[in-house]
Amino acid sequence: MKLYLQNFLKYKHLLRELVLRDIKVKYRRSILGIFWSLLNPLMMMIVMTIVFSNLFKIQIENFMVYFLTGQILFSFFSEATTIAMGSIVTNANLIKKVYIPKYIFPISKVLSSFVNLLFSLIAVFMIMLITKASFSATIFLIPVAFLYLLIFTVGVGLMLSVLTVFFRDMNHIYGIVILAWMYLTPIIYPIEIIPIKYLLFIKLNPMYYFIAFFREIILHGNIPSMELNLICILISLISLVLGLYAFYKNQNKFMLYI
Amino acid sequence: MKEEIIKVNGVSICFNLSRERIFSIKEYFVKRVKKQIGFEKFWALNNIALTINKGEVFGIVGLNGAGKSTLLKVISGILKPTRGTVVIRGTIAPLIELGAGFDMDLTAYENIFLNGAILGHDKKTMTGKLKEIISFSELQDFIDVPLKNYSSGMIARLGFSIATCVEPDILIVDEILAVGDYKFQEKCHERMKNMMNNGVTIIFVSHSTEQVKQLCTRAAWIEKGHLKMVGDADIVCNEFHKNE
Repeated sequence: MKLYLQNFLKYKHLLRELVLRDIKVKYRRSILGIFWSLLNPLMMMIVMTIVFSNLFKIQIENFMVYFLTGQILFSFFSEATTIAMGSIVTNANLIKKVYIPKYIFPISKVLSSFVNLLFSLIAVFMIMLITKASFSATIFLIPVAFLYLLIFTVGVGLMLSVLTVFFRDMNHIYGIVILAWMYLTPIIYPIEIIPIKYLLFIKLNPMYYFIAFFREIILHGNIPSMELNLICILISLISLVLGLYAFYKNQNKFMLYI
Repeated sequence: MKEEIIKVNGVSICFNLSRERIFSIKEYFVKRVKKQIGFEKFWALNNIALTINKGEVFGIVGLNGAGKSTLLKVISGILKPTRGTVVIRGTIAPLIELGAGFDMDLTAYENIFLNGAILGHDKKTMTGKLKEIISFSELQDFIDVPLKNYSSGMIARLGFSIATCVEPDILIVDEILAVGDYKFQEKCHERMKNMMNNGVTIIFVSHSTEQVKQLCTRAAWIEKGHLKMVGDADIVCNEFHKNE
């Protein structure tokens, strides 16, 4: 265990360089650069507000903030897992030639998406100011909300990256899975419109809890209940442990499949 | 006084050569049910035992597909042996395919830090070595140009300069450097000679027995995954030649 930790510390510079690389390459040669991380959710929000706000006007008080809080979390999750999924395969060239702990690749991808998420948070604040939503002291709990989600996402990313090495179909399937997953998550609609008999689907969805946690802090200004905290911790830890286990068990076989 | 720096203990590597590669889930389950997944075992390395001492220049000779590169990959930790262990005392710099970790969209300057990190050096070390890397690779005028606009020779020069900027304990060289023009090659050789004089252990793989004889003190001959012979470089190379 100590050995693993030492090895990780030795390569933390690489982790930072890889995250930096991703961010630099992503916005290189675009005029607005990193501002796109901020503009993207804003523009998405405008479209969604025009389309949906009339539909759910009654149930949702501040639709723009409601939507944005769900959207930035889910699009972080979907972007991070999608890129992390292919990261072992796309870095095959490097893995075959130099010794690097392989988990660096999926983790660096999740982290570079996480930097994006931090930028989109500015968009949330901007809209809160514009719509004159009240800021309560609970916004200082945002790091907690993000940490839960980050751990969960790292776990899922690790699992997917292992699976993709052995089954390339994952690339094609996952796009559809994530789309269905998005519609099963209350991002555009309020949870109240879900008929009781289907409520179980929502309750089985891990993303529901992370988003609920985040909205509790931002929209309602409440400190999330002990129960919600425990659920979030449990889900994220289970995901991380499963992800690390799947990775550890299979990583020596990667070389033969990439 | 001999100090062991690399110890290879009875290493074997087994590849499962599946007759056909299975890349889809459906195929996998169908075949699994029909029990059609067949593997042929292929032993790329078979019970190899070697010790390399500190400061040695050690050559590995053998025909194509004999397992030379596989052995190097085991020593540098890229491949885990199926059986046996490898003990390494020190840092390794692999000179296998220079510039494998470059990102073509980044500039040379940015790549120096990225590649340095891949080799396990932190930012401070790389900042310290920056000037030396740039001047050794002779790329002063192009340092802010994205690598995709570089010629292959320029990329190789940069790769060599980064890989050798921090003196490792063990240097692994796969096929002697055909880096850039003859002038730069001379520089490379000189740098390697310096390393030898400083007591860096070098593992050197080549088809050319001439180069092995010239550079190495000891050598190993590998054939079809078996260790045929270890010993004085001249003797091993001569034997290898006779059998060829």
